[in-house]
Amino acid sequence: MTTRVFIAEDEPNILESLSFLLGREGWEVTSALDGDSALEQLNDGALPDVVILDIMLPHRNGFEILRQLRASPRTRELPVIVLTAKGQEKDRKTAEEIGANAFVTKPFSNKDVVDQVRRLAGL
Amino acid sequence: MLSPNLIFLTSLAYVALLFMVAFLGDRQARSGKASWIQSPVVYTLSISVYCTSWTFYGAVGSAVRNGLEFATIYLGPTLVFIGWWFLLRKLVRIGHMHRITSIADLISSRYGKSTSLAVLVTLIAVIGTTPYIALQLKAVTTSIQVIVASDPGNLANPPSSDPANEMAFWIAAGMALFTIIFGTRTIDANERHHGVVAAIALEALVKLFALIAVGLFVVFALADGPADIFSRDAARILQTEDMFDARWIALTFLSGIAIICLPRQFQVTVVENTGEDQLRMASWLFPLYLLLMSLFVLPIAIGGLTVLPEGSNPDMFVLTLPMSVDQDFLVLLAFLGGFSSATSMVIVASIALSTMISNHIVMPIALRTPWTSIERSGDVRRLLLISRRISIGFILLLGYLYFRLSGKSDALAAIGLIAFAGVAQFLPSLLGGIYWKRATASGAKLGLLAGFLLWGYTLFLPSFEGDLLLSASTIEHGPWGLELFRPQALFGLTGQDPLVHALFWSLATNTVLFIGGSLLFEPKPLERLQGTLFVDVFRTPAGDEHRFIQRSASAEDLFILAQRILGSNEAQRVFREFAEGQGLEGDFPQPTDAFIAHLERRLAGSIGAASARAMISRIVSGETISLDELMRIADETAQLMEYSQEVEKKSLELEATARELRRANQRLTLLDAQKDDFLSQVSHEVRTPMTSIRSFSEILLETRDLSSPQSQRFLSIIHEESLRLTRLLDEILDMNLMDRGEASWNLHELDAAVPLIRAIESCRGLAQSTGSAILLDEPLPSALVDADPDRLQQVVINILTNAIKHNTSPKPEVRVSGKLINDQYEIEISDNGPGIPSHLRPFIFEKFQRGAAQSSTGGIGLGLAISKEIMKRLGGTLALIDDRRIGTCFRITLPAKRVPPQQQEREAG
Repeated sequence: MTTRVFIAEDEPNILESLSFLLGREGWEVTSALDGDSALEQLNDGALPDVVILDIMLPHRNGFEILRQLRASPRTRELPVIVLTAKGQEKDRKTAEEIGANAFVTKPFSNKDVVDQVRRLAGL
Repeated sequence: MLSPNLIFLTSLAYVALLFMVAFLGDRQARSGKASWIQSPVVYTLSISVYCTSWTFYGAVGSAVRNGLEFATIYLGPTLVFIGWWFLLRKLVRIGHMHRITSIADLISSRYGKSTSLAVLVTLIAVIGTTPYIALQLKAVTTSIQVIVASDPGNLANPPSSDPANEMAFWIAAGMALFTIIFGTRTIDANERHHGVVAAIALEALVKLFALIAVGLFVVFALADGPADIFSRDAARILQTEDMFDARWIALTFLSGIAIICLPRQFQVTVVENTGEDQLRMASWLFPLYLLLMSLFVLPIAIGGLTVLPEGSNPDMFVLTLPMSVDQDFLVLLAFLGGFSSATSMVIVASIALSTMISNHIVMPIALRTPWTSIERSGDVRRLLLISRRISIGFILLLGYLYFRLSGKSDALAAIGLIAFAGVAQFLPSLLGGIYWKRATASGAKLGLLAGFLLWGYTLFLPSFEGDLLLSASTIEHGPWGLELFRPQALFGLTGQDPLVHALFWSLATNTVLFIGGSLLFEPKPLERLQGTLFVDVFRTPAGDEHRFIQRSASAEDLFILAQRILGSNEAQRVFREFAEGQGLEGDFPQPTDAFIAHLERRLAGSIGAASARAMISRIVSGETISLDELMRIADETAQLMEYSQEVEKKSLELEATARELRRANQRLTLLDAQKDDFLSQVSHEVRTPMTSIRSFSEILLETRDLSSPQSQRFLSIIHEESLRLTRLLDEILDMNLMDRGEASWNLHELDAAVPLIRAIESCRGLAQSTGSAILLDEPLPSALVDADPDRLQQVVINILTNAIKHNTSPKPEVRVSGKLINDQYEIEISDNGPGIPSHLRPFIFEKFQRGAAQSSTGGIGLGLAISKEIMKRLGGTLALIDDRRIGTCFRITLPAKRVPPQQQEREAG
């Protein structure tokens, strides 16, 4: 079974680079450009193995989505990598507290992101 | 027909009655039984000494000559008693506390117990009152002559001859005798003349009763009631067209002053007052009395004009009307009314004046002359009594002389008004003294002297007939032909009633000099002290001056002095009482500052403040008025107020400073938070393109099997994002420069349409790439503005770019329109995009607020903030128009100077 990664990211260029990176590893990538549709896809569709979640999303930010995921039994254990351009300690702490599995700061190193996904997917 | 003997006997009987009342009043007051004498009714009736024979007879004459003018004489005092009772209350309080004996004493005491001021006031009072006393003599004399004249035809011209003068002399002598007997029984003005007050109160009732009786007789016996009286032809005297002119106002004002400043009014209102609460009733009862006195003036005047033969003396209507129908009893009653009015005035006025003369003129002279007669062997008490008795005789003699000199044709009212205007000169010093601490003796003296001289020159001297004192030519053409100094048209002030003219010049000069002199000359310590004690009389306990004046004297010396003035018994009583108060057994108290002050005040009640002070000063040693202490305590209240005001001001200042600091702190905190926010935003804005650049460049570096189109695309993304980064940096720097006011501006006059068109053109490429249309509804109008064309272009491009980029409509459009409204160049740029969510609208001009956060096509949050700032610098505005249902609309305005001659035609592309 191929590893499936879901990306929620509003910057099209960043989404493109992430999709290319993960696709190159042979993983299946789905994505959303804003918070609402990200949550909708995660709640309704098939669950991915790993979620990459940007914090600054239109409509509903990453933290909110993560809280919702953790509140639902279905997605409570879902591995989530939080992606942020702010890179402040405060954000990292919040992310940890509400149950992020990894925290990646923009601009990221490609290798770092791939490694984190691999680790969380148990590969 | 009444015989002279009957008149004489009646008068004598009436005087005997007065004697009895006065005698009883005195005795009862002494035994402490006579509470009725101290009742407010008696007090009020004694104040009606204001209504003299001038009022009794003369009001009717005045009504016949000048219509309703007579009413002013009642109106002024009524206004004072009803509206200015607080002034009277303050005068009464000061009078009690400082044992004031007369108006001269009050003014002298207030201005540092000045002897010269007391002399000045006394002289003015004597000179001002003399015509008034003459007026009373004249009234009584004329009334007797009118009654005894056998031929009614004589009524027209009252006889005047040697018998008249002789009669007047004996009347004056009789009045002097009465006054001496009852007015100088004691010398302490503060012991009050209870007997005299009782007699005056009785006279007040007699004159009121008599006038009302005559009035009722005229209205109901001579005529058929009020309606009949007022329907007669003679009612034309009620002419009203000349009312309320300057003279009318001046008369009301003058009589209002008179009720306070006339020496006899001051005597009955202030000196004879036995309790402040008496004023309460007087404040309505006295006006009521005046109303009753004035009620029948018009009916009697009309009656006289209709019933009596043409040319009858209207001043005697009150008498001649009942005479015309031989109502002997009524004639006698009317005569007694007039007689009462005259005698009560003369008695009280001469008591008041004699007190002033003996205390302020005789005493100081006695104190100055070699001291043997008084100090070693004489009795001051006796000197005072003798000088008062002589003064009374002297005053009546003066009145008699004026009567002889002033001619025969003067109307009663004119003489009375001269007296009013004379004593009105006291007003500035009196009012200033009790309400203005800064008022000084120098100011009071200057004002009084100048006012008095002007009054004498413009009113008093011209009142003498013939060439007696001022020749007719002087009055007509000025002294030595100097027209400028004509007594009744001073400095070219012509066309005025002589009374208004005199009142204006004397009171105006008086007031100006009083205020100017007070401000110019520093008050002496004692003036300062008295000023504070008088002005703050309701706040300063009596006898406070011993806190400021230190002096010492032996109790024996003080006792000898006191004995001389107060008499042995009274002096012993005063000393024993004070000793008791000090808790001592013997007859002599400790001669402390407090006792010396107490004694001085007690003596002042007999001989006036100035003389009392002079006498005490002779036996005390080491007198110092501690100026520091005085300044410290006398101005205590003022200083306390100043201090508390200062404290209040300080604390207000402190509060303001604290508030400002708090505000500054809030601003700093806010700025700090904004800075953090800004950095965090910048960080985010930089990291986002950096992420793409780093990620794609890593991909390009690591991946060898990339297809050419792929690597082309990745490279173009890197390029695009690095441009975005550059733009961001530019904007940050731009914003920073603008924030610091360092941005360069290339301002000049230009046609606003030019940069607008250029901006639109430069956005066409972007619009085409997104399939948007830029629509120009009408050609943009031309107008000259002062602006930086590049900056203006930058603003328009920014808004156009936002409108194009964020437009998600299937048929995206941007509309641009321009118009010129009231010197404002107005550009509107609207789109049919998604619009800005209402919760974000208030923030769109703040830094890094991305309006349409949905799309991230390169827009960062500084553009609108910069644009807004630019428009502000150009003197215009940039605003979001909030009334669109679809899309977004921005409005740019710029002040336009004028429209260039030719309108350029531009069409939408």
